[in-house]
Amino acid sequence: MIHFDNVSKRYPGGHTGLAGVSFRIEPGEMVFLTGHSGAGKSTLLKLIGLLERSSGGQVHVNDRNLTRLKSSQIPYHRREVGMIFQDHRLLNDRTVFDNVALPLVVSGLGYKEISRRVHAALDKVGLLNKEKAAPITLSGGEQQRVGIARTVVSKPPLVLADEPTGNLDPKLSQEIMELFGWFNQVGVTLLIATHDLDLISRMDRRILTLHNGQLVQDTGKTE
Amino acid sequence: MSRGRNNPMQRRPGFRPDIWLQRHLQVALASLGRLMNAPLGTLMTAAVIGIALALPIGLHVLLNNLQNVSGGWESGASISLFLQQEISDKQATALSKKLRLHQRIESIQVISKASAMAEFRRLSGFGDALKALDSNPLPALLVILPKREYSTPETAQLLVRELGLLPETDIVQLDLQWVRRLQAITEIAQRAVLVLATLLGLAVLLIIGNTIRLEIQNRHAEIEITKLIGATNGFIRRPFLYTGLWYGLFGGIIAWLLVAISILLISGPVAELAMLYQSAFDLSSLDITTTLLLLTGSAGLGLLGSWIAVGRHLSAIEPS
Repeated sequence: MIHFDNVSKRYPGGHTGLAGVSFRIEPGEMVFLTGHSGAGKSTLLKLIGLLERSSGGQVHVNDRNLTRLKSSQIPYHRREVGMIFQDHRLLNDRTVFDNVALPLVVSGLGYKEISRRVHAALDKVGLLNKEKAAPITLSGGEQQRVGIARTVVSKPPLVLADEPTGNLDPKLSQEIMELFGWFNQVGVTLLIATHDLDLISRMDRRILTLHNGQLVQDTGKTE
Repeated sequence: MSRGRNNPMQRRPGFRPDIWLQRHLQVALASLGRLMNAPLGTLMTAAVIGIALALPIGLHVLLNNLQNVSGGWESGASISLFLQQEISDKQATALSKKLRLHQRIESIQVISKASAMAEFRRLSGFGDALKALDSNPLPALLVILPKREYSTPETAQLLVRELGLLPETDIVQLDLQWVRRLQAITEIAQRAVLVLATLLGLAVLLIIGNTIRLEIQNRHAEIEITKLIGATNGFIRRPFLYTGLWYGLFGGIIAWLLVAISILLISGPVAELAMLYQSAFDLSSLDITTTLLLLTGSAGLGLLGSWIAVGRHLSAIEPS
């Protein structure tokens, strides 16, 4: 699903984001990406979502060579890579329903299909009764669940999460992780960046550890 | 790794015209609703556009009216042939019969010495003073209407020269010079209006472009998020293009109203003036063609203005 081959990312000004990172994640895996802040976790995720391009090496996602992907193709790539952020990135002037519906609207689905899928996604994250609420009126945990519903509503084969539990208390974090575990069970590949080592240790999944832009530890595929 | 999988375009859902239409309608209405949520701001921007458009359109309508009037004058170009003082009414009638056979002349009206006197008495107000004259000092007059094909200023001039050579002739007048001057001035004015329209059209583009630029800045976060979700540039562009279209259309409607009201305001005095000149001239307002042209043109300007702004500013926004 994801294949990094000697990937490096240097920023203008000489700062190194990633240096010679190689790994492979198979379809259906759920992998944690860890390391202290500045180790390159966000950079790695951005390369997969094509928010940034690598300076060296090859990135393959979903059998697609991202190094060669044209800019005009990026939107179609992003529709297959769901992204979840620490700050949720919701549109505060729209309802929960409209937020979750956005990826489907973007893909050009009809209203009936959109409505059906949005309700299913909201049901899954337990927010069906909040569909008409404004995101700003929800708690942090609820907002994060809206963000997750928005990501999975279009059924992307791959989901990336950048510190999804960063602002949440342990109980809510646990709930979010259980949600991720359920998505993984239905076949979604997940790559979750977090520095919450306590949480990771309880999950017993493959862990990639970055340090100063280099991959220093890979616990390997579990199961 | 099949080649097909490398091209995500091939995995796009099939194009559905009904959904496309539904989507456009929805975006058009949504951007309209967004504008209506801030009615004062929308009205002010549209008013600026409206005033900028009303100026050239109003001038255009006035010039059209002026042309209608002066055009009527030219096609009715008649030649006044004043006969020598000693030519009697009888001789004048004889001459008119002779000239009527002329191939360039359509019709001739003979104004006898007596009727010229009567008209003069009636119009001048010198009624009693004229009675004191023992003989009629006015010459007979032939009002000659050239045939249509000889009624242009140039060809009529030839006829004037020919008539001037007649022994009975005192003065021949083809009083078209001032009409032609007026037309030349109208033409210059038309050019000026065109230049003005171009400049103000550019101003409208800039106004709309700037409004859309601010709108893009305000919705920076939203654009970033939609890009993250996989929206194409076309998808993101659409609401802004519709916003520009609406601004242009509203501006056009305001311009139409301004021009229509202005014409209504001056049509009263114009009718009075026309009456003083014994003319039934009626100031014409915006016709259907001009109205349609104005509305589509302003909407088009709005679309173009936002297109330029969107093209320049959207690509600068990339999610991070």
